[in-house]
Amino acid sequence: MARVLINFPQRAKRGEIIEIKTLIQHPMETGYRLDSKGAVIPRDIISRFTCAYNGDEVFRAELFPAISANPFIAFSTLATESGELVFSWIDDNGQIQSEIHQITVE
Amino acid sequence: MQLLLTRRRILWAAAGAGLASFVPTAGATEDTMAEAIRDLIGEAPVTPGKVKLELPSIVENGNTVPLTVSVESPMTEADHVESIHLFNQKNPQPYVAAFHLGPRAGKASVATRIRLADSQRVVAIARLADGTFWSGSADVIVTLAACTEQ
Repeated sequence: MARVLINFPQRAKRGEIIEIKTLIQHPMETGYRLDSKGAVIPRDIISRFTCAYNGDEVFRAELFPAISANPFIAFSTLATESGELVFSWIDDNGQIQSEIHQITVE
Repeated sequence: MQLLLTRRRILWAAAGAGLASFVPTAGATEDTMAEAIRDLIGEAPVTPGKVKLELPSIVENGNTVPLTVSVESPMTEADHVESIHLFNQKNPQPYVAAFHLGPRAGKASVATRIRLADSQRVVAIARLADGTFWSGSADVIVTLAACTEQ
């Protein structure tokens, strides 16, 4: 499991716009680099990131090799109700890493 | 002096060799960027405006260039940004990223970090709920390019 950093306010007022910052440890190998023997290092990137709020997708990103290693993505969402935010990163091989965080909306 | 020149030449030769070992690819150009944009939006017109793309004008390290893109929009059910697409001119691939938002985003602003292989222009295109496309761009000077490090 890759290391993940997720930052957003755990408590929010209803209707408030909350900022969410995410970062995951990943080399984001572009597929354009050569190793010491001159062979192409195969592409290995996170190609998709999603954020679901109580089951509804509120943000999705499609990423290409031009995204830096350890991809950082910051976005926002409206605090609608208490519940959970599920963050998922999907790589080229279809492997998914998900993180679940709670939010309390007053 | 003779020695210095020779040493300088050797350094230049070494630098050249380093660059040459970068996988030769066609590389994106203004044309391939325009093509990638056409692939996405078809023949729809793109109006400059509404989209603000913030990048440092000079970056030392092309491997991590902070980028923020925001679009003027009330983000209501009727009038919101559906998606934001980022393109570059000179990386091996013109497409950088696509972000899909909706009225639940509250505001249309996304930040990330990108790689830039050379000094170039970065373009952001936003698709609004009414089907119109708007664009913003930023020029970046890169002193140490991404991809060339092995």
